[in-house]
Amino acid sequence: MASSNPYKTYLNIWLLLMFLTFITVYVAQFDFGTLNVPIALLVASIKAGVVALYFMHLKYEDSMTWIFATYPLFLLFLLIAFSATDIFTRVAN
Amino acid sequence: MQIMKFIKSLAYPSEMLPPIVEEESHFDPETEHSAAKLGMWLFLATELLLFGGLFAAYAIFRAKYPTMFAEGSASLDVVLGTVNTVILIFSSWTVAVAVSAIQENKIKLVQVMLWITIICAAIFGINKYFEYSYKLSNGITPGTDIFYSIYFAATGVHMLHVFIGMAVLGVILKKTYEGRYSKENFTAIEIGGLYWHLVDLIWIYLFPLLYLVG
Repeated sequence: MASSNPYKTYLNIWLLLMFLTFITVYVAQFDFGTLNVPIALLVASIKAGVVALYFMHLKYEDSMTWIFATYPLFLLFLLIAFSATDIFTRVAN
Repeated sequence: MQIMKFIKSLAYPSEMLPPIVEEESHFDPETEHSAAKLGMWLFLATELLLFGGLFAAYAIFRAKYPTMFAEGSASLDVVLGTVNTVILIFSSWTVAVAVSAIQENKIKLVQVMLWITIICAAIFGINKYFEYSYKLSNGITPGTDIFYSIYFAATGVHMLHVFIGMAVLGVILKKTYEGRYSKENFTAIEIGGLYWHLVDLIWIYLFPLLYLVG
């Protein structure tokens, strides 16, 4: 299923995730103003992507699984974006 | 001839019944395996959207009350949160190793890895217990303000998933001792592992959003 030596891959991925966790905590010390949340989400998304691709084997799955794995992200976007546009464009009457 | 057959069947009713086959697949094992995995991904999609509601609430209330979220976030224990992040990512790694090990029939390795995972989950729960009890003893409850409502709801629902994951992996671990899994039959371990990785994925987002970004 995975590459020739999956254990080595997993070890490398784990070390990468530990490094990214360190980055997550480290960058939080600095104040980037409005960029704080986007930076945190970017690092978190890289970690999540790595977990999905390698630990959850998404890299080796067929296109059907990819559709099942990615369409909820679109639904999540709809949920948050449309709730936000609703809330923040309301006019008090 | 039909009548004779019928009379005979009265005398030997078992001959009329189809042979009993235990745990027969509806499809060939390979199709069943990929169908089970696809079903798990579909379930994970619903799980993601369950937390999606909490993330949407977080986004909207954070934008409305930035000071409240900054103060609330600053009051959370970053060290404990970081330790729990490391523990969960470590346990995700051990589950991934277990899923690969079963495909090489390394049952012993699978059992060790699942034990480590379950112990990590327990440590995560103990840390969370200390975190909650510290908050509650300081008079901070889900009713304190919207930040703590979201904090307790999100981490609480996540904690519930950790416990469910522990139970699922515990049942799988028990069955490995009964010799139920091999490289021909490891679907349960793989989809149980997928569930555990989702628990990790959710925490990867919860940790920076709640503990760090203030």
